[in-house]
Parts: sequence; C-alpha cells; structure tokens
Amino acid sequence: MNVKALLICLLPSGLCAQGFAGLGTEVDGFAVPQPAPEFSFPEDHGAHEDYRIEWWYLTANLQAADGTDYGLQWTLFRSALSPEDGTGWQTPQLWMGHAAVTTPTNHYVSERLGRGGVGQAGVTVDPFVAWIDDWQLAGDWDHMAMTASGPEFRYDMKLQAQGPLVFHGDDGYSVKSAEGQASYYYSQPFFDIAGELQLPEGTIAVSGQAWLDREWSSQPLSGNQTGWDWFSLTFDSGEKLMGFRLNQTDGNYYTSATWITPDGDATSLTDGAFQAEPLATNAQGVPVHWQVLLPAYDVDVVVEAQNDNAWMTTSVPYWEGPVTVSGSHSGRGYLEMTGYD
Amino acid sequence: MIRPTLQALLSHWWRNPLQLFTLLAGLALATALWSGVQAVNAEARASYAAAATTLGEGQYDRLIEKDGQPIDVATYINLRRAGWLVSPVISGRLNGVRIIGIEPLTAPGGIGAIEMADGADVERFLAGQGQMFGSADVARILPEFDVILSQNAAPNTAVTDIGIAQQILGRVGQIDSLVIAPSQPVGQSDLGEIAPHLVLQAAQSTSDVAQLTDSFHLNLTAFGMLSFAVGIFIVNGAIGLAFEQRRPVVRTLRALGVSLRTLVWLMAAELMLFALIAGMIGVALGYGIAALLLPDVAATLRGLYGADVSGTLQLRPVWWLSGLAIAMGGTAIAAFGALWKLSRMPLLAGGQQRALAMAAGRRAQGLAVAAGVLLGVYVLLCFTATGLIAGFALLACLLIGAALALPWVLDVVLRFASSRSMSVTAQWFWADTRQQLPGLSLALMALLLAMAANIGVSTMVSSFRTTFTGFLEQRLTSELYIDTRDAAQAESFVRYAEPRVDAILPIMFTQISIANQPVDIYGTRDHTTYRENWMMLAQAEKHWDTTFAGETIIVNEQLARRAGLAIGDVVTVQGRQMPIAGIYGDYGNPIGQAIIAEPLFQTLYPNVVTDRFGLRIAPERAQDFVADLVRDTDLTSAQIINQAGIKALSLEVFERTFTVTSALNVLTLAVAGFAILMSLLTLAGMRLPQLAPAWAMGMTRRRLGKLELTRAVILAALTTLLALPLGLALAYALLSVVNVAAFGWKLPMYLFPSDYLRLGVFALLAAGAAALWPALRLARTPPAELLKVFSNER
Repeated sequence: MNVKALLICLLPSGLCAQGFAGLGTEVDGFAVPQPAPEFSFPEDHGAHEDYRIEWWYLTANLQAADGTDYGLQWTLFRSALSPEDGTGWQTPQLWMGHAAVTTPTNHYVSERLGRGGVGQAGVTVDPFVAWIDDWQLAGDWDHMAMTASGPEFRYDMKLQAQGPLVFHGDDGYSVKSAEGQASYYYSQPFFDIAGELQLPEGTIAVSGQAWLDREWSSQPLSGNQTGWDWFSLTFDSGEKLMGFRLNQTDGNYYTSATWITPDGDATSLTDGAFQAEPLATNAQGVPVHWQVLLPAYDVDVVVEAQNDNAWMTTSVPYWEGPVTVSGSHSGRGYLEMTGYD
Repeated sequence: MIRPTLQALLSHWWRNPLQLFTLLAGLALATALWSGVQAVNAEARASYAAAATTLGEGQYDRLIEKDGQPIDVATYINLRRAGWLVSPVISGRLNGVRIIGIEPLTAPGGIGAIEMADGADVERFLAGQGQMFGSADVARILPEFDVILSQNAAPNTAVTDIGIAQQILGRVGQIDSLVIAPSQPVGQSDLGEIAPHLVLQAAQSTSDVAQLTDSFHLNLTAFGMLSFAVGIFIVNGAIGLAFEQRRPVVRTLRALGVSLRTLVWLMAAELMLFALIAGMIGVALGYGIAALLLPDVAATLRGLYGADVSGTLQLRPVWWLSGLAIAMGGTAIAAFGALWKLSRMPLLAGGQQRALAMAAGRRAQGLAVAAGVLLGVYVLLCFTATGLIAGFALLACLLIGAALALPWVLDVVLRFASSRSMSVTAQWFWADTRQQLPGLSLALMALLLAMAANIGVSTMVSSFRTTFTGFLEQRLTSELYIDTRDAAQAESFVRYAEPRVDAILPIMFTQISIANQPVDIYGTRDHTTYRENWMMLAQAEKHWDTTFAGETIIVNEQLARRAGLAIGDVVTVQGRQMPIAGIYGDYGNPIGQAIIAEPLFQTLYPNVVTDRFGLRIAPERAQDFVADLVRDTDLTSAQIINQAGIKALSLEVFERTFTVTSALNVLTLAVAGFAILMSLLTLAGMRLPQLAPAWAMGMTRRRLGKLELTRAVILAALTTLLALPLGLALAYALLSVVNVAAFGWKLPMYLFPSDYLRLGVFALLAAGAAALWPALRLARTPPAELLKVFSNER
C-alpha cells in the first residue's frame, strides 16, 4: 500500500501537532471507499476531490554506470479541507509535493505546498499531468516523464511501463484496520526508469526500476493507529512484494501484503500473513534494519537501508529511502516509516 | 564606623530638604523626558518591526511590475511552474485598516507573522471564509469580519488569505508583489524569459517605513537628549552645591579618622541610591509623558509616512532598564567632578565663597575656549554637513558651544557693567552678581538652551507653516477632486463632466524608479493651471513648453536632492532619456515625484488606469455641480472632495506633527524655569554671609530682596538676548541642514519677531517668578539670622 505521509495539516510547523495520527480522525461529508470497486481509466488516474486525501507516489531504485545505488522519490499529495466546492483561491483542495534523492552518503529533500484552483498544483486526466510548481509527472502511463527540483538537486526522468497495473486488497479496496477502515489502492510497479540526477556531487546518469502508487481515501487509519512501516520490494527473480505494518498505540499491529508475479498477477494477503520485525535502529531510533517474513511464499529476508539517514525533513517528517534485500530472496526496494518523529 | 559616617553625611539632606528635592526632581525630570521619548520611539519601532515582519520587508527580495501595476495570477503561476518559489502579497486599506493578503502555503517562513492561536481555524483561513488575524483595534473597526486576535500582529493591520484580501479590497485577480523565498531550486528558468515585465527589488532597497521615519525619531531623540542635558545641568548644580556645603562635615569626619576612600565610596553610594529613586520616579513620569504623546505621534506618523503605529503604550523591560541606567549614568557624570575634587581635597580645607568664585572664573575661561572650538566646528559643519547625523552633530556643537560660552560672556558683560557703575550700591550689586554667577550659570545655561530651542523650533515650524500654506494655495488649484472606482466609472464621469466644467485634469501616476530613487511619476495635461501655479525652484527656458511637448521632465526637489540632479541632467524613464527642465518645491512629500506630458505618460505606461481627476470650475458653480453629479451619476459624495477639504486635511497632518514638538518645547522651558528656581533657592541659603554685611551697613532687607529679584531678571534678560541669535542659528541649521537631510527639501526661513518678543517676556516672567520666592524669603529673613552670620562665621 502506500498509506503515505499525509496532510491533515499542510501548513508548516506548529500546526502539525496531529501528524500522522491525525489520519485517524473522522471527517463528515467526504465520500468513503466501498468494497468491490470498479475503476475506470484514465479518469481514476486523476483526482477524486470528494475524497479527503489522495496521492501519486513514485519511488525508484537507481544505479549509476559505476554501480553506485541511488534512491528517488516523487510524491504529490492532495488534501481537501472540506468536501465543499470552491473556485480560485477559495478551493478547499490543497496540494503538497515531496521529492528526494538518496545517495549512499546524502539524502536531499524538497517540499512544495500549494493549492488548487489557481493552477499552481493539480492533476489533469487527458493528457495526464500531475504537477506542483515546476515538478511534474506526465504521460500516458506507459510512457511518462518526471521532474522535480530542490535547492540542492534536480532530476529529469523517463519512465516506461513493462507490466500491468496491480490492484491491492480486494481488487483495489485495501483494508487498513480490523475495524474496516479502507482506501482505494493500486500500483504500477513495473516501470523502467532512466534519466539524470543533478546533485552537488555532479550530474549523474542513472537507470533502474520505479514503483508508482495511487491511493485515495477519506480516513485510511483507525483511531488507535499511530503510523506504519511500508515495504515495496523487487526481488532479483522478478517477483515483487508490497507489505505494510500499521502500528497501534497498544503495541500490536495490523499487516497486509500483495505478492506480485513477474507478469503482474497479484495475490492479496490478509492480516498476519506478512511479518516485519525491526533488527536495528539508526542513531535517531528509527528501525533501518528489518527481518521480513512471508511464510506463504517462503520469504525470509533481511531488509537494510542503503542510507540510514533517509529522514524526510518535511512538514510532517518521516523516513523514506532505498533498501537492499538479502536472505531467501535478494533484491532492492523502498521502505517508508512514519510515526517515529 | 560606616554607619555613623553615613548618618553624618545624610544629615545634610535632612537639613536641606530643598536641595534633596532639587536633586531628585532634576534627575527625575531628566529621566522622564529622556525615557518618555525613548518609549515613544521604542513603541513606534516595535510597530514598524511588526509591520515589516508581516510583509517580509527588508527580509526577502520581491518582484514587482516595472510600471508599478498589479501582477496577475497567471504571471504568478508561470513563475511557480518555472521553478521560481515566489509568494503573492496584496495590501490595501479598508476603513483605514491595512489589509494584507498572503498565500500561507507558499509564503516564506515568518511572513505574515501569524501565530495560529486558539480559535484559529486553518481551514477557514485557507478556504476563504473570511478569517483574519489582527489586534483588538482591528476587530473593533471591522466587526463584520471573523478577526482572530493575534499577539504579534502589527498595529492597525489585518492579515488574511490573499483570496479574501482580493475580494474585500475589490481587487480580484491582482497581486501587488511576489516575495521571493530565500532558497530556490536548481535549474530554474531565467526571469527575463518568463516574466520580462517584472523587476527584482532587493530586500535592502525596499524603502521601508523604518528608514523613512528615521529622521522623525532622530528628531525626538534629539529633543530627549536636550531635555536630559538640561536636567543633568540641574543635577550637577545640586550635587556641586551639596558637596561644597558638606566640606566642613567632610573635614570634621576625616579629622575623626574616616578614610578618604570610605568617604568617597559612601558619597558615591548615597548618590546612586538617589539616582535609583529618582530614576524610578522619572521612568514612571516618562511613561506618563509617552502615553500622552503617543496618540499624536502615531497620528503624525500615519499622516506623514503612512506608518501604522500603535496608539497604546506597552511596558517594555528594556525601556525601564535603560531609563534607570540613564539616570544612574547621568548622576555619575554630574557627580564625577565633585567626587574627584573631594578625593583631592586637602585634609583641612573648608569652603570659601570668593575663592570658589575666582576658581569658577578661571574655569569659565577654560569653558569659553572649549566653546570657541565647538562653535568653530559648527561654522565648519554649516558648509560641509550633508547627512542627518552630521546635521545633529552640527546642532549639538552649536548648542553645547553656546551653553559653555555663556558664563564667560555673562562675566564679560557684568564686568563691563561693574566698571561703568558709579554708586557704591551699584558696584556692590554688579560685583555680587558676578560672584553669584558660578552658582547660577548652570541654570542659566539650561534657560539659554531651552530658549534657543524654543526660538529655533518655533521659527522652523512657523516658516514651515507659512511656506506650506502658500504652497497648498498654489498647488491645490482645482476646485474639486474626484476619485472614481474603476476605469468604467472614470470614463462615464469624464463623459458627464466634460461639457459642464472648465477643465478636467486627469491625475495619472505610477510608481517607478528614477536614478535608483522611488518616484511617483505623473502624466500631466497641458493646462494653464500648471503653468501659472507651479513655482519652480530652478528651471530651464520654456520648461513647460518642452515638457508638455514630451521632450523634458520636471522633478521635485526631493528627487533632485537625493539623486543629485540639476537642470539639464538627463534621467532614464522607461528606457527614454529625458533632460530635466524644472525642479519644483514639493513640501510635505516624503518621496520623489516627476512630471511628464500626458500623451507621453500614456505611451510609456499604457496599463495605468486613470481614476482620479481634478476639476476646474467657477467656485460659485462647484456646489451645484456636485449636487448634479451625485444625482446624475453613480458617484457618491464620498468620492468627491473639495479643495478646502484637502487643504484642511493636509494642514491638520502638519499641525499634529508639530503638536509633539511644541509639547516638548514647553516641557523643556518648564525644566529650565525650575532649574532657575532651584538654583536661586539653594544659593539663597549660602549667600547670607555675603548679604549680612550689606544689611549691617544699612541696606534694608526689603531693598536686598528687590535687588535679588532685579538680578535674576537682568541675568535672565541677558540670557534671553543671547538666546535670540543662538535660536536663529539653530533655526537656520534645522531648515537648511537637518530638514534637507530628513525630508529632502529646504525651507525658506522667515522671522517672527513678535513671537520672539513674547517668548522673551515669558522667560523674564519665568525667571522673575522663580526669583520671587527666594527674594521674599530674603526680605523676611529675621534679623537674628543675619546677625548669626557674624557670630558663626565659617
């Protein structure tokens, strides 16, 4: 899944006391995901303004010609302040962009905030363009172009889909707690990606795999859930695993996972099938070293951060970075951890 | 040992409560005026700081339209999409409240200075439901809005979302400026490609209010310093006197074995205690003065500079402490001489009046030399001073120099009088006056300074008023002024008015930059109104002809002075080279101004909407025309201003400016009068040994009393006479140096002899009144007291 960072509050510091825990609050008037969804494309690639939160979330594991690993993140969040309509500055649709590049030694982060209605940020369906300021993800979902920039970095990437869309949970209806909170959730995990990173270290040509998540809901977390640990792993065998663990205030957690074959067949696994246990933390106390188990598929792997310090210093801070997988399966992937600030 | 010593020292004050009062009152008054002025300044500066933070002025660079017009939203979005992290700001006024619209999601940190307090609802703020942040006064003036009280809000300012601000200001889709975030991303496009019509305004060069008002505050500070100096004169006098009178006590105490070091420390401690007490009283008084002055200062600043200053005073610890520190520091300065003398005093020395007077005479000569140097510097600065600081240095040299010269000048005059007098009584009178001079000289210096300040400032104010009223007469020639709502209303108004009035003079202007100075440039219609009424300070031949032909430009004095421009110099306007054909006086305007021909203006700035007009119409028809206009068009009477109304408004602004000045003037004069009273009272006690022999030789007490009174009046008269040239020199410096530096224009100096005469009479009356009490006391001194002098000679 990708119950990613969110914006109860988009405004900088001071307002964000709620943080991720705020995702569990009830808001009246918004549409609520219903089981057995029927998606319609390309419309559903666009924004669903009657839902409170939504994101277009891309992560990529990249490699330079010299073999150095890099991680890349491009995210656009939408958050509606109210279900009502408004035009121009009065629109309740707020947007937030997060972009990052992770090198073995550095983690460059940038954040953009904006609001819909005046053209600063938004998503159009035909042609598909998701943008905030100069950041953009555009294309027909088979071929895409992506760019983002920050004070220290910039990247321009081309993406090419090598497989179908994958729907998580029950055909894209992804349950997030025992109480039944849910979201709509699908991915395009089969992107080949190539392009240039402009970093203080220099301009670097890179290529690799990218994973694009789409998710929207109005209340994806239960009131007692404080954050999550989310894994998207691509094994050398071509199989892929998306798994997450939603952490509760009582120390228990709720897990969910999707097993994806190399040709895109997906199997959803319910609570308990996916297990993830922290093995070691970084200096900040964030677990950057995990044991991940999926007994149904004989997966017993160790997941290690490529750079322990991939902390997103954004309005709502979290950890997001590339990982290396070893053990029963080897490969690479992305790890996101929230609720550790 | 310390306790009895302290008791012995303090007993002096018990026996001379008046001296103690002088000391405390002088110090308290000095502190009060100083800290009062500082409080006003601090309050105003805090207001500017809050306002500047709200807009991010001086902190962030910004983009504005080259021709001063609003920026549209499309330009803003284009910039954002090209990687320019800019945030839109709009500001305007609603019912006098400054409305600032910001875009909270893109605004760089700190801008807006909104603390989302309890009750703040992000959603409402962002979703355009009318929430704004402001102080209590804003909530009062704008009851129809959802105003959230904010501690750190700038006075008279409401911060709200740009969407709301655009609506309530009636400027939908408009942006005044784009604040540039300090950190910009890699690889953003070139500004010239995306928005060639925008220019970057660096944070430093933003002509912010604080800079603009600096001169005003420096003026206030100078007044505060003057008052403080006068107060310190009093304190110095009181301390000096007390030390002289305590010489016998000191002699006795030292003979009893108290070490000199202990004595000096005890006396210093004693003074610091007094300074602390007086300082606290002074700070409290200062608070009162500041609270009284602040509303007028706030009104002045708003009127002159458009600066919003809180009308209510807040207690700031810094200000409290600095008030106390200045009281202690002042005492230390005032007491240093006395303590130094004490530490050098021979063990058995007592006080000798005549010896002291002679020593004072020698000191006066030293002072006169210092005075000569200072006055020399003054003359030098008169020709060279340019900046405001130099201007005040010049004033300081003049005033201190003159004050220091006073004892010597008076001594010379009195010696001359003495040598010319025949009768024994007269000779004694003059000699006695000379002897009294050292004791009185500090009070007289205070009087001199107060008088000179009064003459100087009142000359400046009156000159200003005379010039300004004349200027308004010339400048506000149109009988009516119309302020239309928008281009459409302006057009229909012109259509309506054209056949009905003698002339319509459109007032079209925009803010640009000429020679790196902010300038309001006006497009002016060729009409006799301008040719006949606008007085040029300097002009080229046929300046109006060439200007109306679009060949030349006419600038105001402020611009000419600040940019160092003269007739014939060429300036660049929108890329066009234009020689200057005229420089006109533009009193009361803080910024630069320029005039070009109407057609040229329209070519250069095609987007500027003209919505204000001057109307020439026979005055007797004006009333009817206004009635017709309101009846036949959708203009409201609030949009029509008659000439008299504007004049009254303009004059009121300046009257208020000078209310503050004249209030400080009166206070200074009062302090000086008090100084004389206190000096005379303290001297009276000391002078008995001088007077007793005269009484013993047959001069009645009544006669002695009369002579005392006469003496005070003569000394005051002499001081007043000296104050006149000093005051005029001060006025000259204020008008020609300080004013030019502060405001950018030079004022012609007018003389107001009747004012000076009245002031002189007041000074004499004040001195007479101050001397009356000591004289009466002398006239009523019991003979037994006078006799005691002979039995109890020191």
